[in-house]
Amino acid sequence: MAALTAEELRIPHVAVAGNPNCGKSTVFNALTGLRQKVSNYPGKTVEKHEGSLHLPKAGEVHVIDLPGAYSMNARSMDEQVSHDVLMGSLEDTPRPRLVVVVIDASNLERNLFFATQILSLGLPTIIALNMMDLCRTAGHDIDEVDLSKRLGVPVVPMIAARGTGLSELKAAIETQLATPSSPLDPVRLPAAVDQQVERLATELKAAQLAPPESARGEALRVLCTAQALEQPKFKSAPASLHNTVETARKNLQDEGITWYAAEAIARYAAIDELMEDIRKVREVSPSFSDKADRFLTHPVGGPAFLGLVVLAIFISIFKLTQAPMDWIKQVFGWLSSLASEVIPAGPLQSLLTDGVISGVGGVLVFLPQIMILFLFIAIMEDSGYTARAAFILDRIMGRMGLHGKAFIPLFSSFACAIPGIMAARTIDNEKDRLLTILIAPLMCCAARWPVYLLIAGTVIPNVLILGFLPLPALVLGSMVIFGLVAAIAVAAVFNRTILKGKAATLAIELPRYHRPRIRTLIHVMWERSILFVRKAGTVILAMSIIMWALTNYPKTPTDTGHMPIEHSIAGRIGKAIEPIVAPIGFDWRIGVSALSSLVAREVFVSSMATIYGVESHDSEQVPDLQQRLRAVKDPVTGNPFFTPLRGICIMLFYVLAMQCFSTLAVTKRETGSWKWTIFQWGYMTGLAWLVSFVVWQGGHLLGWG
Amino acid sequence: MGNSGLAMETVVTLNDLAVGTAARIVRVDMPPSEAQRLMEMGLTPGTLVVLLKRAPMRDPIEISARGGHLSLRTSAAKSIAVTPVEGR
Repeated sequence: MAALTAEELRIPHVAVAGNPNCGKSTVFNALTGLRQKVSNYPGKTVEKHEGSLHLPKAGEVHVIDLPGAYSMNARSMDEQVSHDVLMGSLEDTPRPRLVVVVIDASNLERNLFFATQILSLGLPTIIALNMMDLCRTAGHDIDEVDLSKRLGVPVVPMIAARGTGLSELKAAIETQLATPSSPLDPVRLPAAVDQQVERLATELKAAQLAPPESARGEALRVLCTAQALEQPKFKSAPASLHNTVETARKNLQDEGITWYAAEAIARYAAIDELMEDIRKVREVSPSFSDKADRFLTHPVGGPAFLGLVVLAIFISIFKLTQAPMDWIKQVFGWLSSLASEVIPAGPLQSLLTDGVISGVGGVLVFLPQIMILFLFIAIMEDSGYTARAAFILDRIMGRMGLHGKAFIPLFSSFACAIPGIMAARTIDNEKDRLLTILIAPLMCCAARWPVYLLIAGTVIPNVLILGFLPLPALVLGSMVIFGLVAAIAVAAVFNRTILKGKAATLAIELPRYHRPRIRTLIHVMWERSILFVRKAGTVILAMSIIMWALTNYPKTPTDTGHMPIEHSIAGRIGKAIEPIVAPIGFDWRIGVSALSSLVAREVFVSSMATIYGVESHDSEQVPDLQQRLRAVKDPVTGNPFFTPLRGICIMLFYVLAMQCFSTLAVTKRETGSWKWTIFQWGYMTGLAWLVSFVVWQGGHLLGWG
Repeated sequence: MGNSGLAMETVVTLNDLAVGTAARIVRVDMPPSEAQRLMEMGLTPGTLVVLLKRAPMRDPIEISARGGHLSLRTSAAKSIAVTPVEGR
């Protein structure tokens, strides 16, 4: 374990653990309020939520919100992190002094599985029996006093969303920190399993692979979990441990006990027994949830309602955000003109206006879209609707090798891949989440439209197909569909190659509906916005400055008549890479424009305008630029340079290429991995080059050049 | 309940059940790690499940088990052996 400062060791650490959908984050938010910090576990895709709580006697307490888990036998990165923190095997996170297990009281049996596993660790534990309101309307009466006695830990009934039970929970934390009670795991394993666990626990303790009080729990895990010994911490384990496990499993098999089923069967048997005594079930009329589901997952009504929801999101992202986006543009425009007025023309003014202000402004303009999208996502998540949408769409998405919950992230990516990738976090399966993140930028985002409009307007003749379809519109539509088709194809390939063998989603839980809480909605919007703005403020600012420098330096001597950009480092790079881009129909001018648009795709238009010497700005620029481009002659043949084939190659390149630093920055944040970030850039740009190459060369062979 | 333990019981897959019928789980015929996870989510042998609904294109299915609702792809449901329970 890494060295922790004395200060860190003095402050008690409390972990909040529980199943997904149990209201764990609500309990965490209620405990810590706004005293929170979000980061990533080092080298992991998993977000780390920490906060602090002040108690009258114990003073400052550090609270950590563990990712949702169904079991200590981890099947995902989220579950692995929960397991590792509870076992104290993560380097920078000390083992908690106390665990608060949050349980959805209306789903008590299934939640008790993970909860009793935690009890087996021997750490001081409190059970927060959350969602008591849903539990009562479902007709369940729970004897929490008896439950507490049977499990040896305090049980606090709560309705965290309303703050009910919060002070009791705080009091229990205080008491447990002072005088911890000893938890009782009710599970009774078959004697044969018990024997093997005992033997294995001794070996784990001897090899210092588990803390003494948790050795039995860890031994059971190693014995009953298929890939348990593949965890990094067992890499250095003595070879005899593998043999012991193999033999133990075989012995159990000989006695008619399936090793991987033993724990689940024994634990649920104990839970069933417990439920008999502590829970009474009253006959009640169908709950609101059941009634709502009659319509919301109805074969006809369900898809129809989902269609309306999607339409509402679409309209909101594109229409409602127009005004605030315009305000942001105006503010940055005003800042830019202010900078031009106050600062004399020169490098500093250029850096501020063309580099900093336009770079950061160009990204911050997406903030309203991110806020609106996350408002919708929070409503859907918090109400329990996301799982229903996934249920309705799972068949279609599954055919494409995707998770049902990948729909919203991919759909949002038609506005912008940044919120789309951020939205992928609603997918709890790591493989499905990664796949969604990798293909999201292939959706036709708003920043591609300026490029398509410029090029299609330049090279595609404005004729009507079948008497009513304008050809340019048809080409644009094809580009959008091609992006989608490419995404599906890429997903199929990745599923069979790099992501093969990663655990797929088995079952999606359909939690009971409940009313979304305004506080949660605001919290989610706020948290996502802050993360995004921080990204814009750091990585994107840095990239904007670097690109500004590359396209502006070294300065052109005034008398050469060269375009400044031609003389700059970017221009020289463009010329240097001409041999690479020539086979796909690009000359150095298109190459430099493509290079400068690595910051953001729409920069392609302004770069082309600069290179071809079109002075006018913004909206007037495009028609002028199109005319100018049409007039460009091929230096060899003397025919127009921008042929339909060349134009289509440029557009195809923009369909596929990863021309957006902001998206890469978000991918890095969300995957926590440079490897996947670089991979995403590489596969997209490689694919773009390949497709443009095939089309350009093939077109030439067919004589279309 | 019909779980009398007689050898006469018919065993079908969870996917064969009609909507609205109940059954008890007999086995989960899947690779260890997947079978383990479904059992951890409550689908242990002997558990009573009800097929509540099929999604618009008949896949996935919604079942209730141990007081909670789960969505399962039919490919998984075909690997779960159940014995139908009369009544309910």
